[in-house]
Amino acid sequence: MRDFVQNLPLFSIILCLLSGSGSSMLKGRTAKWVNTVGISLVGVMSMIVMLYCTEHGSFVYMMGHFPAPWGNEIRAGVLEGFMAMFFCIIMLLSMLGGRKKIDDEVESTKHNLYYILVDLLLCSLIALVYTNDFFTAYVFVEINTIAACGLIMIRQNGRTIEAAVRYLIMSQVGSGLFLVGICMLYDLTGHLLMSNIREAIAQIVANGTYSEPMLVSIALITVGLAIKSALFPFHSWLPDAYGYSNVSSAAILSSLVSKGYIFLLIKIMYRVVGFDVIINSKVLHVLFIFGLIAMVSGSVSAIHENDIRRMIAFSSVAQIGYIYMGLGMGTMAGVVASIFHILAHAATKSMLFISAIGLTDVSGGSRHFKDLTGAAYRNRIAGLGFAVGSLSMVGIPLFSGFVSKLLFMESAVELHWYKMLPALVVLGISTILNAVYFMKTVIRIYTPVGSLYDGKEGYEVRAWSRQKLYTVTIILFIIVNSVLGLCSGPIIDLIQDGLGMFT
Amino acid sequence: MSKTMHDAGCADTPDDEMKQEVTESSRFKTWLAGTKDPYIGHVEIKRPEEEPVKEEIPIDERLKEKVQIREDVYAYSGEGFLSKYRILYRIAAVVFCLLLVATLLLTVSYMPKTGSATNPVNNEVPEKYIEEGLQDTGATNIVAGMILDYRAFDTLGESHVLFVATITVIILMRIDKKKKMAGDTDPETKEQAEINDRIYEPKNDAILQFAARFLVPLIMIFGIYVVLNGHLSPGGGFSGGAIIGAGLILYLNAFGFEKTERFFTEKTFKRISFVSLAFYALAKCYSFFMGANHLDNHIPKGIPGHILSGGLILPLNIAVGCVVACTMYAFYALFRKGGF
Repeated sequence: MRDFVQNLPLFSIILCLLSGSGSSMLKGRTAKWVNTVGISLVGVMSMIVMLYCTEHGSFVYMMGHFPAPWGNEIRAGVLEGFMAMFFCIIMLLSMLGGRKKIDDEVESTKHNLYYILVDLLLCSLIALVYTNDFFTAYVFVEINTIAACGLIMIRQNGRTIEAAVRYLIMSQVGSGLFLVGICMLYDLTGHLLMSNIREAIAQIVANGTYSEPMLVSIALITVGLAIKSALFPFHSWLPDAYGYSNVSSAAILSSLVSKGYIFLLIKIMYRVVGFDVIINSKVLHVLFIFGLIAMVSGSVSAIHENDIRRMIAFSSVAQIGYIYMGLGMGTMAGVVASIFHILAHAATKSMLFISAIGLTDVSGGSRHFKDLTGAAYRNRIAGLGFAVGSLSMVGIPLFSGFVSKLLFMESAVELHWYKMLPALVVLGISTILNAVYFMKTVIRIYTPVGSLYDGKEGYEVRAWSRQKLYTVTIILFIIVNSVLGLCSGPIIDLIQDGLGMFT
Repeated sequence: MSKTMHDAGCADTPDDEMKQEVTESSRFKTWLAGTKDPYIGHVEIKRPEEEPVKEEIPIDERLKEKVQIREDVYAYSGEGFLSKYRILYRIAAVVFCLLLVATLLLTVSYMPKTGSATNPVNNEVPEKYIEEGLQDTGATNIVAGMILDYRAFDTLGESHVLFVATITVIILMRIDKKKKMAGDTDPETKEQAEINDRIYEPKNDAILQFAARFLVPLIMIFGIYVVLNGHLSPGGGFSGGAIIGAGLILYLNAFGFEKTERFFTEKTFKRISFVSLAFYALAKCYSFFMGANHLDNHIPKGIPGHILSGGLILPLNIAVGCVVACTMYAFYALFRKGGF
């Protein structure tokens, strides 16, 4: 008999699945509460798993009566537990912050369908985090993709439908490449379980056989996941998908869905292929280069943008670029920085989306910069949230973005000069570009307008007492951000411990 | 069906049939003479209502609009850079696809040879499945044992993929009755949808109905057989469910939504899929929990080869079959009419 805590990953997956299928029977209001309670419970369970793993180390959980290579398996360690907990926190806050918008924008008969999608999305994220089996990962990637598509088009207008179609096409290309990669790897190794594949790959590398197909399969898997998480040349679906969908969907998509795939990629790098093998395969150089291009091009597109939601969306392209640059460095420090940036970006970007909606709501629903002038005075809490988020994204100390930038810099200086130089230069350029478009917006929303909008409909001042839930959400977001920024030491240790448990 | 024939048929029928006794030969004669249209009274086709003639916008005006959209939105005829970029983009796309195809084909030639005994895939995993599968799972169909017992977690995810796909299609396609918001341009209700559904499709087609009356029970029984025998012979929940779903779709085509909705509505769909998925999740949660904690499984495996054997495989097959059948029918109904 194992410790009861070890059952919790299984329970959290099953809980999400049940709340998903059960919500189809429920009314929108009940489904909403089921969703909130479900996310919180899963978050608590993941926290317990994390605490358990810090004491007892990682553990493998057999899914059924048959041990490893025959049956399915899930595996939990410190990093898995922490990631699952963090995903739950961000998802809960995103749902709470956008709750009013969901009620307004989604047809009332389709409310429960929205919550079904969110439940199943959470389930797939948790399963992606915990899985120790390649094919299980693929199955849950599918759930993730379809649910994300539904989240984009829940608010039905022409642009969201177009965005959803684009997302579906790009995502299916990514899934297809990923699947082809898995099939090839299975053909070469004869296993689907991550630890067994790793042993087989070590043997293949030692023998020197099949090195070409292995390189191709690693490349296919990496590129497939990179497409799904919107790395630079594959980001064309992103601005519309984040810009026009419901705000909770946008926050969840930008901060969780793409991060789930990146976490899976990191897991594959460490647990399936092996870090040494992947460094020798040169695939990482490609990620590095595209990451650098994304950092600049995403920011430049964001500067050109006149629509606040699309600007934040383009900023995501740049931030995904940061993460891939960190992975592409090919050092342990780089991966740690990337994982920290996953956390920082998830916490900040969802806050930016949620605060942007508060600002546009008091500007007559317009998302254009010129209408947003002085919006922070009309909705103070949203303005505060946006300012904090912007400062964090730019990399001002006290907030999470600063720590991740610092980590990227630290890991960059340890590299060879031909990687160090571009990394440092592009980091500098990208930070300045970030500052240009974020500070431009912050200045714009804090520009006093006097009595210009007095009495105009849609421009009235919104006190915090009229939006209590929203205010609480933004404050919680700010706290999460500050915790990441101020207590970064223990979190970085935890990430390092977790990565150590991966091998 | 020409209009004159239609009118003539209508006019003749009452008199003739009143006077003469209807026999097979007289029917044949009327059919041969062409005085009666055999479709009348058997096939109802609602004629498309004559659309009010819209004022035609002159073609050059429309073209102008189109060109304007292409220029404003997509910048098609952009001077210089953009148009060149577009051509370059297409060429690059083709070249890239060809390169990808070439790489993949080349890779295949380096892969282990198909069917060779020394291939890495021929290791202890399939060996155990083949040799001890019957003993471990109690299913004579090894594939069923693999997907529903050894690797049941994947299948659990897979059945939820179907569920989430249906939910997404419902979000996209369902026409809601209560949709009466101000300024809504699409006030089509469910009843109207039912009527409009018949505009271009024949209703009460005698041939289709006759064939369906004969085929649907057979298809259903075969589907149920495939589901129930999933652990004994090739088949199982996925294939059997697909057969049942096809049977439902045939029934729907022959007899229309009104008849189908007597036993299958969205409520039924929700109930069936919820019960099946919840049963699957809970049953497997139990079995995962027992397995991982090294407790004994209290579900009897039965005697291999009997219908009641294989432990959980039979009920799980039924659950998967229900989900698949519901999903297929729901897809068809949603795409056809926007609801069911």
